[in-house]
Amino acid sequence: MADLVLPTSLQDVEQIKSVRTPAELRYQYTAGAATTRFLRGIEQKKILGERCSVCGKVYVPPRGSCPTDGIPTTEQVELAHKGTVTSFCIVNVSFYGQAMELPYTSALIMLDGADLSLMHLLQEVAVEDVHIGLRVEAVWVDDDKIGPTLESIRYFRPNGEPDADVHQPGEHGWGDLEHA
Amino acid sequence: MPTSINPASTDGGISNMRDVAIISFAQSDHVRAVNDANEVEMLMPVTAAAVAGANMTKNDIDFTCSGSTDYLAGSAFSFVSTLDGVGPWPPIQESHVEMDGAWALYEAWVKLQLGEINSALIYCYGKSSPGPTHEVQSRQLDPFFVAPLWPDTISLSALQARALLESGKATEKDFADIVARSRKAALDNPHAQLKWDKSADQVLAEAMLVDPLRKDDCPPITDGVAAVVIAADDVARAHCDRPAWIRGIDHRIESAVLGLRDLTDSPSTRIAGEKAGVARGSVDVAELHAPFSFQELIIREALGLGGDVDINPSGGALCANPIMTAGLVRFGEAASRIIDGRANRAVAHATSGACLQQNLVAVLEGEG
Repeated sequence: MADLVLPTSLQDVEQIKSVRTPAELRYQYTAGAATTRFLRGIEQKKILGERCSVCGKVYVPPRGSCPTDGIPTTEQVELAHKGTVTSFCIVNVSFYGQAMELPYTSALIMLDGADLSLMHLLQEVAVEDVHIGLRVEAVWVDDDKIGPTLESIRYFRPNGEPDADVHQPGEHGWGDLEHA
Repeated sequence: MPTSINPASTDGGISNMRDVAIISFAQSDHVRAVNDANEVEMLMPVTAAAVAGANMTKNDIDFTCSGSTDYLAGSAFSFVSTLDGVGPWPPIQESHVEMDGAWALYEAWVKLQLGEINSALIYCYGKSSPGPTHEVQSRQLDPFFVAPLWPDTISLSALQARALLESGKATEKDFADIVARSRKAALDNPHAQLKWDKSADQVLAEAMLVDPLRKDDCPPITDGVAAVVIAADDVARAHCDRPAWIRGIDHRIESAVLGLRDLTDSPSTRIAGEKAGVARGSVDVAELHAPFSFQELIIREALGLGGDVDINPSGGALCANPIMTAGLVRFGEAASRIIDGRANRAVAHATSGACLQQNLVAVLEGEG
């Protein structure tokens, strides 16, 4: 910079620290066949997983493929509206757009009949009472509010059943699976 | 760095190189909009066909490398989701480039040269229909001084076309000849999107879209995917009767600042072509990634391809232009003609960035 000769008006000026270049692009999301099947099911208050014909695992929400075998899933499986908490965390930090009161619990829930945990909220339970193995059920929004979104399930809450045995959080989260 | 082991960058270095070949290629039909399938659903049949075409299963693939840009889908890390379609469990060796799939092929080729692996699946996808493609592409430009002006792809290419015309190197008739030849050739390509048989004079009779470009000088907006399998030495020979051996491959980049470049020339293509060894033998067929008609003239000139070379028998990107994919399709189309015996020596070219900013060139050969 030594030899750069500047006019007086540009000497010792304040550094530019930001510029404003707004950008907005609008997209029309292509959900795809499997996600469409799942979300249309939600509209009918059904939770639909999809089973791999090779390994037998049931994925929910389905993406149309089995990540183990790399083939399309073909068989639809209607899952129970209840399941088991396989892991959870208690959120004590607020973030932009947050609608929840602090603290609240976010949980991985293995729906009965599924091989993949679904992430959702837990309510109607004190955070200190949440634990792995807790049996929970879905609480849906009012029927006239149901739409093709996972928000049609407001949250999960304990359903009063005895705890399930969770020996391997993450993959097969609860007892023996009928199709295992 | 990859270039240090490029066969052409050191005299006689080629003897130290592993033989690597494209042994299989698959692509989707290319269409204006796929509304009933997402990216992973579009890819699954094509990656499966490429692997099956190599007489392999997913367990025979040592490395998977993909090319795409999340700006097309408008969704972060969409490329990670597409891995579901290749069965990435138990965990696989994988990489991704925010580039055309041809650059993913280059990365896989380097990994094969290092001796770490013997085979690789390369896939790429361009699903432009969810967003405003031409505005989306402006996001790759300088974010402070150029992108805020939202220059669309056609306007940028028209700047380049005007420079070419004014230089005296080409005429509008030359542009129209390329359009007529390409769209006619695409009649034989079941995957192509735009195809017809019209004369150059009929093309010239059309109105200007962005002067000096007519609509026919521009590529269509396309949804499409493609995949290839490459393999080294005996693995390639065991899985393919007539592999398309990659005898040379090189890529070069020019400044992102359009004002710094001679837009009527492509020095990056010229150097990449020299390093890849294009001139070391006669060329039967060349698949050139020229989305806009006139760009073919610039690339041909830079590669020194004469009138005897069959250019873009597939119809080229002018007839189907899935972003991040049309370059790998050129590699696949060129390789297919080696594999099925229609050609002995082919040139494959891919481009990326605005106005031919980056260019990748490979020479493919059959044996016997």
